[in-house]
This record gives sequence, structure tokens and C-alpha cells, in this order.
Amino acid sequence: MNVFVWVEQHSGAPLSSAWEAVGLARQLAGDGTVTAVVLGHNVNDAAQTAIHQGADTVLKADDTTLEHYRFESYVALLTQLVDEHKPDIVLAGATAAGRELLAGAAADLNAGLLNDVTDLSLEGGRLQAVRPVLGGKVLSVEAVVSDGPQFATLRNRAFPALESDTGRSGDITDVAPALAEDAIRTKIDSIAETTGQVSLTDANVIVAGGRGVGGPEGFAPVKELAEVLGGALGASRAAVDAGWIPYEHQVGQTGKVVSPDLYIAAGISGAIQHQAGMRTAKVIVAINKDGEAPIFKIAQYGIVGDLFEVLPALTEAFRQRFNS
Amino acid sequence: MHVVVITKSVPDTEATVTVDGSGNVSWGDKLVINPWDEYAITEAILLKGAHNVTATIMTIGPDEHKEALKHGLAIGCDQAIQVWDAALEGHDSLAYATAAAAAINKLGDVDLVIFGKELSDIASDIHVFQTARKLGWTALGSVAKIDAIDFGAKTIQVQRLVEQGIQVVTSQLPAVISVIKDINEPKYPTFIGIRKAAKADMPLWDSAELGLSADDLAAPVKVTGYRELPKREGAVQMIDGASAAEQAATLADKLLEEKVL
Ligand SMILES: Cc1cc2nc3c(=O)[nH]c(=O)nc-3n(C[C@H](O)[C@H](O)[C@H](O)COP(=O)(O)OP(=O)(O)OC[C@H]3O[C@@H](n4cnc5c(N)ncnc54)[C@H](O)[C@@H]3O)c2cc1C
Ligand SMILES: Nc1ncnc2c1ncn2[C@@H]1O[C@H](COP(=O)(O)O)[C@@H](O)[C@H]1O
Repeated sequence: MNVFVWVEQHSGAPLSSAWEAVGLARQLAGDGTVTAVVLGHNVNDAAQTAIHQGADTVLKADDTTLEHYRFESYVALLTQLVDEHKPDIVLAGATAAGRELLAGAAADLNAGLLNDVTDLSLEGGRLQAVRPVLGGKVLSVEAVVSDGPQFATLRNRAFPALESDTGRSGDITDVAPALAEDAIRTKIDSIAETTGQVSLTDANVIVAGGRGVGGPEGFAPVKELAEVLGGALGASRAAVDAGWIPYEHQVGQTGKVVSPDLYIAAGISGAIQHQAGMRTAKVIVAINKDGEAPIFKIAQYGIVGDLFEVLPALTEAFRQRFNS
Repeated sequence: MHVVVITKSVPDTEATVTVDGSGNVSWGDKLVINPWDEYAITEAILLKGAHNVTATIMTIGPDEHKEALKHGLAIGCDQAIQVWDAALEGHDSLAYATAAAAAINKLGDVDLVIFGKELSDIASDIHVFQTARKLGWTALGSVAKIDAIDFGAKTIQVQRLVEQGIQVVTSQLPAVISVIKDINEPKYPTFIGIRKAAKADMPLWDSAELGLSADDLAAPVKVTGYRELPKREGAVQMIDGASAAEQAATLADKLLEEKVL
């Protein structure tokens, strides 16, 4: 099997989800070739790193028109490359852009796409996937049934990346963009980056607060624990709707779906819609003053108590242990 | 000026979902409008209030999805269209997008198509972007705000929530957008609206009417079955202690011991 992997990067820095996809591609490829598709501007390093992460070859389009992901220019180029090189499989991380891009190219090629999968295997040359549906309450098993290229996007952190091997080498081939700037109907006016924050979907650790934090200031102890643990800050919809924290922090059915190693839920009751976003975390810790809260049903560890006492105590406990 | 909202009914998120021994899934009978689509409909109605816009609501699905159409009419959409026939049974996102694009083309004068961010049942947004490609239009996903729309000059400026933050983009119309929760406060059906919707005539377009052959609607992906989630091992372990400090210390030690961190 020959496998394409789209390597998503921002300002030249690849996302870890891309290396997870390269890792899986290696496994699916068998004796075949893993080709990293690197689109952007000033992406030589990203292309080189793709080889170190397990790709055999790289197709690199380095152009100002590709500096930022845009639906039209990226889809047109990926479709063209797949049409030309005829890989059997095309993978990407199931980030917002990865989902859009592969959906677009699969539509152009009338190909099958398995989206946001947590498990992916080959059965008789065809991809078969498992993915959570219906608010994460069941798993659906889906398979590609058509000939031609098969597309899949992978849930962040569901597949391991390979160890980087700087001894690996491979060909990097330059390709031209498919669309000239005049032909792209979308122009990016500005990007206001939320800097210095750990991305929720990439995070190993998430500390999340809900209505129980009581107000915007109530997120201070949540944030402090997240910082000590090098984690990201999450929230329930109740806290977001109250205006205490921006929507980008919302975890759940109508927010982000996350699978960290550790998810600490403080002052969150654990409504089914919240669970939809965090149920696949490896270890869940619940802190709630109501011992009957549903969140305890899916947690490994629970503390019944006031989050304003428990969170600072946890922050202190981890500080001590990390310093010694 | 014509804005189209695409919608569908989905199982209620509160429903208890069960899987039988043969891998069939059931969730009781209750269906609700896809929650994300409430924002899409509301945005169409807001555009209608500010511009001379016709708002059409459309579903690609069997009769149970007509409830979602009625929901849209009751909030103030001008017309509702159902696209369905047996050829679409067991469809996947590609067939769905092909049918949606054909129906939008049949309307003819559409400037903007609004989708909710994703379908809450299949947890997927593929159909949004595939519809855009089948139309040959651009797609702007996860729109948090329409800053400006000029139907005369055929431009739209929006704020998108992207992985790195907020992106402001300007695009030409026609376009496909998907909207997220930040975009508005959903409007709900009024009593008069519900009465009007109940009496509304909702045309049904089938694939022949859209000029689509069985080949056009071939689905490259099939759902082969459903499975229960793997059971989480064991019950919750409650951390007791004389004080929060003691509980915190016990928990921190456990998490470090188990190499969770
Ligand atoms: C269509 C739909 C989509 C939705 N999508 C989402 C979503 O994406 N994400 C989401 O989170 N929700 C979502 N919801 C909302 C969801 O149903 C719940 O309303 C929401 O998750 C509740 O948030 P919460 O747990 O913070 O608040 P509550 O349910 O009010 O729980 C607050 C908890 O805090 C505890 N508490 C209070 N004070 C303290 C204290 N000092 N110390 C410790 N504990 C304390 C209480 O005991 C309580 O358990 C959705 C709902 C619908 C209908
Ligand atoms: N609106 C839709 N968009 C994309 N795929 C869909 C849609 N509706 C249903 N599907 C797919 O078709 C299968 C059967 O759908 P249904 O007949 O609506 O229950 C689902 O499990 C999805 O994989």
C-alpha cells in the first residue's frame, strides 16, 4: 500500500497529529511507500522532519499562496497530487483543517472518507474504522466499499507517533501550487492567535471547570493547576454560556472532543453532552461537592469536596513533588 | 438574495442508546433538530431581517427529517424542501452532498448556504465541505460571526474559530459556511409559527427530478455495525482524608505512581 499523509503545520511548525498519522501510515503501508505532503511557505524543516518521523518521501509545495491553510487552494492541490500519484490511502489528523481538506479532496475524487476515527485497519485491502458516534455513546464500524483512493482522518492522540530518527533520509520533491492567487476566492485578513496556550486537542493533561467555579474569577485555581501540570484549560458549556470563559475552551458535544491522558473535572456535574467530549480520556478525576454527581460514574478517582479547597491543595501537592 | 439552510433530525442527545447482539443501534423514537442547525436557522433569519433575503430550509432525508424542516419554518424560513427517495437510502456523506448540491443548483439563485458545524449523530462535518466541492464553491468552516455581507458586491467577511485563534477572512459569494455556537442566540419557534409550519406545503424532490442517476449517488462508505463502548475498568475510587491537603497528597501520589503524568 502506498500512503499519503498530509502534514499540517502552522508557521512552519508541524502539529503532533501529523506524526501520529505518519506512524499509522508506516504500519498500513507494509512494503509500500509513505509520502508526506507538506504544503505551506518556508516548510523545508517540516519536510525534513517528516522523513525523520517515518515518511519515505516528501511532496513539498512551498509558496506564498499556501502560507496559511485555505480550503480552495489546499483541496485543489491535494486532489491534483492524489490524482497524479494514485496513493491507495490518504491520511491526516482530524483537526478542523484536516477534516475539511480530506473531505474536499475525497469529494473531488468521489472517494470514501472515514472521519475522526479512533481505530483503523485494512481488511482485504479496504480500510475499516471504528469511530464514536451519537454523543460518544456507541462506536460505529465503517468501511470503505469503493475502489480508488481511500481517505481517513485520525482522532488526535488515538494513534502513537514513532520516535524521531534523524538518521533517516528520503527524497523531497518540489511541486507547484494548483491555483494562482487570482483564482482563490478567499483572502485572509487577519489571524488573532491565542498565544501561549496549550491546545486542548493536543493536551496530555486537561483541567476543566464548570458551573461550580461560580464566576470568571473561579477559574483562577483551575488555571493554576493546569499550569503546574503543563496542561490545557477546559470548561463545561454552563461556564461558557455564563460568559466566564471563551467558547474555545468548551469540551463536549457542542465543543471540543478531547482524549488526554488525564482529565480533571472540577465543579462539573458530568452531563451526557459533557461526557461526549471527554469520555475517552485515559484517566478521569472528578472533584465535586455532590457525591451523587454523574461525573463520578465515569471517573477513576473522585474527591467529594469544595473545589476551592481541593484544587489549590492539588496544585501545592504537585508543586512539592515536581520540585523535589 | 437567497440563503439556504441544510438541516436534519437527529436522536435526542439525552436518549439512552443501545446496541443489540447483531450490531444494530437504537435510541428510542425521539428525534430533535440537529442542535448545531438551530444556529444556522437563526443566522438565516437574522440575515432576512437585515437584507431582502429569501430563506429556504432543506433536508436530505426521509420523512422523519420533516420535523427539522417544520422547526425552521416555525422560526421564520420562507419555504422548506425535502430531498429524498429510495436511491438515497443507506447514503453516506458523499451521496448526501451530491444530492444537496444538485438541489441547491435547482434553486438556481442561491448566494449562501449555511450548515450547522456538524451532525451530532454521526459526529461529522464531511457533508458540509463535500457539498461545497460539489457546488464548486468555497467553504468557510466554524464561523463565529458574519462581520459583513454584501449581496450586491457578492462578498462576505467572517470570523472563523481556527485551531490557533480567530481568523478574519473575506470571500466571494456564493459560498458555503458552517456556523458554531458563538454566532448567535438561537431563536425558538413561536406558537403562530408552529401553526403556520403545520399547514405549510413542503415539496419533495427525488433524484430523477435532480437529474441524478444511481451511479451519482453510489456511497463509497458503509456503516457495517455498531458496538458498545469498552467498559471502563472498575468503579470510581473515592479519595478520602481528614483535609483537602491530605486528599490532594494521596491523589497526587497515585497519579505519579501510575505514571499518568
Ligand atoms: C444540545 C446540547 C449540547 C450541549 N453541549 C454541551 C457541551 O458541549 N459541553 C458541555 O459541557 N455541556 C453541554 N451541554 C450542556 C449540558 O447538558 C450541561 O448543562 C452542562 O454540561 C452542565 O455544566 P456543569 O456541569 O458545569 O454545570 P452543572 O450541571 O450545574 O454542575 C455544576 C456542578 O458543580 C458542583 N459544584 C458546585 N459548587 C462546587 C464547589 N465549590 N466545589 C465542587 N463542586 C461544586 C455541583 O455539585 C454540580 O455537580 C449541552 C446541552 C445540550 C442540550
Ligand atoms: N445527513 C447526513 N449526512 C451524512 N451522512 C449521513 C447523513 N445522514 C445519515 N448519514 C449516514 O448514513 C447512515 C444512515 O443514516 P440514516 O438513514 O439517516 O439513519 C448514518 O449512520 C450515516 O453514516
